[in-house]
Amino acid sequence: MTDASVARRDAWVRRLPLLPAFIYVFLVTQIPFVLTIYYSLFSWNLLEPGSFRFAGLSNYAELVTDESIRIAVWNTVLLTLAVISISVVIGLGVAMLLNSEVFGKGLMRTLMIAPFLIMPTAGALIWKDTLLNPLFGLLPYLLSPFGLGRVDWVNQFPMVSVVTVEVWRWTPFMMLIILAGLQSQNPEVLEAARVDGANAFQAFRRITLPLVRPFIELGALLGSLFVVQTYDSIFMLTYGGPGQDTTNIPFLLYLVAFQGFSIGQASAIGVVAVIITTVVATFALRTLFSIFQIEARR
Amino acid sequence: MERVIAARGKIAWSAVGWLVVFIFFFPVLWMWLESLKTEPQAASTPPTILFIPTLSEFQEVLSGDFPPFFINSAIASGFSTLLVLVLGLPAAYALSVRPVKRSRDVLFFFISTRFLPFAASLVPLYLLARDLQLLDNIIALVLIYTTINLPLGVWLLRSFLLEIPPDLFEAARVDGAGFFNEIWRVVVPLIMPGIAATSLICVIFSWNEFFYAVNFTSSVAATAPLFLVSFISGRGLFYAKLAAAATLASLPVLMAGWIAQRQLIRGLTMGAVK
Repeated sequence: MTDASVARRDAWVRRLPLLPAFIYVFLVTQIPFVLTIYYSLFSWNLLEPGSFRFAGLSNYAELVTDESIRIAVWNTVLLTLAVISISVVIGLGVAMLLNSEVFGKGLMRTLMIAPFLIMPTAGALIWKDTLLNPLFGLLPYLLSPFGLGRVDWVNQFPMVSVVTVEVWRWTPFMMLIILAGLQSQNPEVLEAARVDGANAFQAFRRITLPLVRPFIELGALLGSLFVVQTYDSIFMLTYGGPGQDTTNIPFLLYLVAFQGFSIGQASAIGVVAVIITTVVATFALRTLFSIFQIEARR
Repeated sequence: MERVIAARGKIAWSAVGWLVVFIFFFPVLWMWLESLKTEPQAASTPPTILFIPTLSEFQEVLSGDFPPFFINSAIASGFSTLLVLVLGLPAAYALSVRPVKRSRDVLFFFISTRFLPFAASLVPLYLLARDLQLLDNIIALVLIYTTINLPLGVWLLRSFLLEIPPDLFEAARVDGAGFFNEIWRVVVPLIMPGIAATSLICVIFSWNEFFYAVNFTSSVAATAPLFLVSFISGRGLFYAKLAAAATLASLPVLMAGWIAQRQLIRGLTMGAVK
């Protein structure tokens, strides 16, 4: 055997264990995506047999002129920004508390992660029916002394309700990631800063924050990739309404594909969603790699 | 004196911390309390705080039509997790222990598919499932959940493999162990914690998954979250039953997550944060 053929054989021996997973993922994700692009060029409604015909870019043209996609994009951006920023701030606060000298840290952490583990559909229903319901819910009852006893939160403030439930769910996620960052900090550095006369705020800004910043970024970016896809809580709480007030891109896609059965239109939405997500994901992956490097240096 | 201030600070911060934790945990606690009430107690105004707990709603849910949903969830998450491990472990090996060329690109490819929105492949997968008679069939959910979790599994398992001293693999190869032997007898025992972390994350994501479950199944293959959909029009009549069903549906993931808290953070960040 020549050296070249030995090397080639070795390369294949190395590649073989990878192939089943690689081929599987390729088949189930890449080919459908190509088909999605293909379908997006056709006008096709599953409820109208024989409606399959080439439509060029008209599905996209419709997306540009149609108001519903613009509202959905706006709702998606609003929901994601609100949920991520609020849950990062609260998550950072809780993580710092859990990293300091407090009583019952272990139990606090355990209870705190529960909202993330509860089935999202179950959590959303509990919020909607037993906490926010204007007639039987606990919150209107507790707020009635303040004149807010008859507020129908889900209908009057639909986006606020969805954001609340999602913040409740994602704060523990942020807290866990930021806490891991805080725990990688050398406590002696903070101690030294104290001795040098830095106050708590200065120490936080100059030492703690730069250290946990990559962890905050990682949490925010990974979190936003999930929150962009929010569907469960919208389905359960508001069903996208009232009107279109809480319809985000995934929910619009659901309405177009599974309520309207417009395959071409749904595919065009899919392509747009991929473009938006790719932008966010590129940043997320860059952050992920930089954290891997930080961890490797430790 | 300084110690007194420190002690006071500790008490004050503990109080703040516990207040925040209480607010976040309260909906879960309330769900449990409601599930132990009778229906009139669960929907009363003012809310019933003191009551004699009863398990009757749990009995009702478990003796009713809930168990098939629960079993479907177990099948979908169990088998998809198993598939992720069977496919993912060799792939992780080929990306760490004896890496293929351009393994960084392959890793990048895997993770990019995890963050492809479901909008990207939804329509073709739906049409394919329809043509293969796989709508409302648990096999469709098993295959989809495998796709969702496999990229995470590969990354996570790889991060655990990288921590094992390479000498251990060398030793096995010198002993003449074949590839499958090496995986089964050397790799698997060494990365049991990695397998545990991967399984945990896979089960969390597949057990709680709703989008594909609601759109690809209707009755035969419907999973636990779909049972909860039937409560969506709740008019204050079935709160206790709803809470009992929600408690039962959430129980496996809650328990697994609580037991494996250490693995959770590592899994959620695909091995980046330990």
